Amino acid sequence: MAEKAQSDFTIVGTRQRKVDGLAKAMGRARYTDDIALPDMLHGKILRSPHPHARILSIDTSAAEALEGVHAVVTGREMAVPYGVIPWTPDEYPLCVDRVRYIGDGVAAVAAIDEDTANEALRRIRVEYEELPPVFDPFEALESKGGDDAPYLHEPRKPGWNGNITKVVKLEFGDLEEGFRGSDVIVEHDFLFEGTTHAPIEPHCAIGLWEADPPGRHEGVAFSEGSGGPGDTEAILRRSRGMEPKDQSDRGDLDGEGQLPPPAGQLTVWSSTQVPHYLHRELSRVLGLDPARVRVIQPPVGGAFGGKSEPFDLEFCVGLLAMKAGRPVKILYTREEVFYSHRGRHPFHMKYRVGATRDGRLTAVDAHTVLDGGAYASFGLVTTYYSGQLLTAPYQMPAYRFDSTRVYTNKPACGPKRGHGSVQPRFAFEVQLDRIAHELRIDPIELRRRNFMGSDTRTVNELRVTSNGFLECLDAVEEASGWRERFRTLPFGRGLGVAGSTYISGTNYPIYPNDMPQSAVQIQIDRSGRVAVFSGASEIGQGTDSMVAYLAAEELGVPLEYVRVMAGDTDFTPVDLGAYSSRVTFMLGNACLEAARKLKAKVREAVADHWECPAGQVLLAGGWALHAPDTGRKMPIREAFVLAESRFGTLGAVGSYNTPKDVHGDYRGGTIGASPAYSFTAHVAEVDVDVETGQVRVDRIWVAHDCGRALNPVLVEGQMEGSAYMGFGEAIMEEQVYKDADHGRAGLHNAPSLLDYRIPTSLDTPELTSLIVESIDPEGPYGAKEAGEGPLHPAIPAIANAIFDAVGVRIDRLPFSPPRVWRALEDARAGGELAKPAAPNDIRTKSEL
Amino acid sequence: MSTSLEIVRLTVNGDLRTAGVPPHWTLLETLRYAMGLTGSKQGCDKGDCGACTVLVDGEPTLSCITPVWEAEGHRVTTVEGLAGPDGPHPVQDAFDRYGAGQCGFCTPGVLCSAAALLERTPTPSRREVKEALAGNLCRCTGYTKILDAVVDAGRVLAERTSGSGEASHG
Repeated sequence: MAEKAQSDFTIVGTRQRKVDGLAKAMGRARYTDDIALPDMLHGKILRSPHPHARILSIDTSAAEALEGVHAVVTGREMAVPYGVIPWTPDEYPLCVDRVRYIGDGVAAVAAIDEDTANEALRRIRVEYEELPPVFDPFEALESKGGDDAPYLHEPRKPGWNGNITKVVKLEFGDLEEGFRGSDVIVEHDFLFEGTTHAPIEPHCAIGLWEADPPGRHEGVAFSEGSGGPGDTEAILRRSRGMEPKDQSDRGDLDGEGQLPPPAGQLTVWSSTQVPHYLHRELSRVLGLDPARVRVIQPPVGGAFGGKSEPFDLEFCVGLLAMKAGRPVKILYTREEVFYSHRGRHPFHMKYRVGATRDGRLTAVDAHTVLDGGAYASFGLVTTYYSGQLLTAPYQMPAYRFDSTRVYTNKPACGPKRGHGSVQPRFAFEVQLDRIAHELRIDPIELRRRNFMGSDTRTVNELRVTSNGFLECLDAVEEASGWRERFRTLPFGRGLGVAGSTYISGTNYPIYPNDMPQSAVQIQIDRSGRVAVFSGASEIGQGTDSMVAYLAAEELGVPLEYVRVMAGDTDFTPVDLGAYSSRVTFMLGNACLEAARKLKAKVREAVADHWECPAGQVLLAGGWALHAPDTGRKMPIREAFVLAESRFGTLGAVGSYNTPKDVHGDYRGGTIGASPAYSFTAHVAEVDVDVETGQVRVDRIWVAHDCGRALNPVLVEGQMEGSAYMGFGEAIMEEQVYKDADHGRAGLHNAPSLLDYRIPTSLDTPELTSLIVESIDPEGPYGAKEAGEGPLHPAIPAIANAIFDAVGVRIDRLPFSPPRVWRALEDARAGGELAKPAAPNDIRTKSEL
Repeated sequence: MSTSLEIVRLTVNGDLRTAGVPPHWTLLETLRYAMGLTGSKQGCDKGDCGACTVLVDGEPTLSCITPVWEAEGHRVTTVEGLAGPDGPHPVQDAFDRYGAGQCGFCTPGVLCSAAALLERTPTPSRREVKEALAGNLCRCTGYTKILDAVVDAGRVLAERTSGSGEASHG
């Protein structure tokens, strides 16, 4: 893609409103829970009070007998294992014979209102046989199975430990030689406590089963008390439509004009960020032909990775709606959001890092135990990401990582913003800071010396194209007054730096296939209107706006001429979802392809009219213009009329698939491969109260290489939101569970937005966004991701700033007052509580 | 089983409205599920997040922990009622211009708190905005663009009142 100058654009690169901004500000946007269907029932899920138990029996008869209850389902009616990663299907929509954490779902009801649904849950009798739980990942690792310490899952091979999801060991370069050639080696243990997404919108789903008469009929029959798994089977058998219908099933359809009844269709509205994967899993688990399943994703009130796989409520509203013959809504309580989790894994890490005396990295050796909770979720990928994504932006001659993900009886962990790579980045960037300090090298200078460059490969053979990391370092150094202030601020105040990289989408989809990863369809017509059908998921990050900017730019229409319809599997092309920072890169390229096809037709039609070469026709700013004489122009609407007259109805599709030759040829080499990588640098400024241990982060400067900022407002918003989220994880957030000494073991310690503290407007530092544009050769107009990368350095930058402030290292998150106070006390006792020594090479401005 | 309903009368966004609701319902449930005013959001259902914030007699109020009966006889304003005859409230427009809403779920509550602040402190400082919004959790923006937007809305309002210039919609 040829590089374009900013002056070539009318919309891209300028500050614009979002296409849905005013609807959201006026209270008009309709989220899932804002939808009310006629005759809709209220669903609720019964959850396990035990962290580990066998289900001996479930008696739902008293619930079914309650007036106002229209359907009850249990796990046996959906006993098809699923998992978002096809290689690790280890969970059911509702537990079938075992519960594995407090909060695991066991049954669901649909009733006329919430009170009745809650009463129905109280009437369900579940007989459990409690099993010994395991909460500590190291205990789980050592388990030999058996009755005293049963594995959470069946070992996948005889003799294996059923508490292990995945082990990944990879080595690149000569590690021993690397460490032999090191002048300094640092080795420390780190603990990154788990954190959760805490979107402000709780998960919500609505199921609608449209089958008149069969579904309705049997649903009513079911609720009248003849219920049981057998009846569900009958409904599913009749409704699946997967196989040709048995003639005997047609009743007396021999007469003239008689047709078989229509097969049912299931529609599920959900606050999901992966409508396509939900579509697949609903179809598979409920045994429905995928052509009869529709997923609609309304605006989503925050996700951050926490809505990126199917959840129990989505299956439950589907089956409950099928059984009841009425639409069913389930809205999680805030507690359920905390227990559903799928958030950031706790990582227990050991990082050994070597460097030469001039600060060049020689070898990196990482050992990590990931505490995965009860199910695999994305854990296979997390295990790879824990090592694969560390290898940029610095050159590493030798690198080894050894990561093991373990099951424990706690809510399952999964992907949270910066999936799998935020935790190792914390450990590694702190180790870099230690090396810089030992060598008395300015830590920014140390990072520059190890810069890998652009158009290169990492030690684990990932292809890196554009790379603006040096510019990021320059930007935060300058903006923060680093040269004058690092190591020179008064005791108690400090600056810290860190860098990072992240993927712009994954080169390989979650399930292997050769189809496009993203697609867009565009229609234009004589009104001037541009309709963009986008498969992607708007979750607040601005996806719908992004395609509108691109379509408007290419087709030369004002932004308000563009309509975007997104996130409806019946009417929009397939996109794999809003995860791994893939959308701008992939959907953006798909959109450009579709728009350019239409643009060529419009230009050709106008060129014919003007009797000039098509290459001389420009579409911009609501006009078709003649390039040699821009005084000659027509409104874009008239240009569309010419094109529609010449070519007929105007529509085009565009799609994107990733390059497949940009990774190493080894097992797991595809994981971490991305068409492009973003780069980030942070400087954080902190104030440490040495009496209380309170760390106040006053300011974070964030520089991020996003390739090209398609709308700087949105890019800054992602950078600020990322820095904020990293700050919260550094200082206050932890998803932890009670032990037996502090209540019921396995119970969430703080399942509310008061007790699980997320930063308020008063807590949050001043955030300064510094956009760096490296113009990626393959990104849409050169754009790369901005949604996740900018989170990574926040945590180590704060850790390193604490060291600059008081000379104390804390390798365990979060840096909450009790933990910081303890570290300060230890340092005080050891006489180490002091401003650290300055680097030898720090250059003040006057020396430059 | 069914819950018996009682009639509640509320003045919402200037209209007197009547609905039959279970006696234990909150103001939020009534607005959302009985009156179709879904702009106000439920994030936590226990007064922690502020997404349900509405104005009762002009004061920011957590509607998810306000029994609906307490709102009878008072003036309730929701996000749907912030706009005037001239269009969006300046703070709604500023939110759009500054990209202050991302997912938009906390936005209605933030806007109600911000509108109340601008009513009593027409040109607030950044610090005053932070304090006024401390009860509204936002998980997307890091608050930066929210603060920018509210401060700018104050500027627009000041220009309007002083008549010194046209409101900016840049």
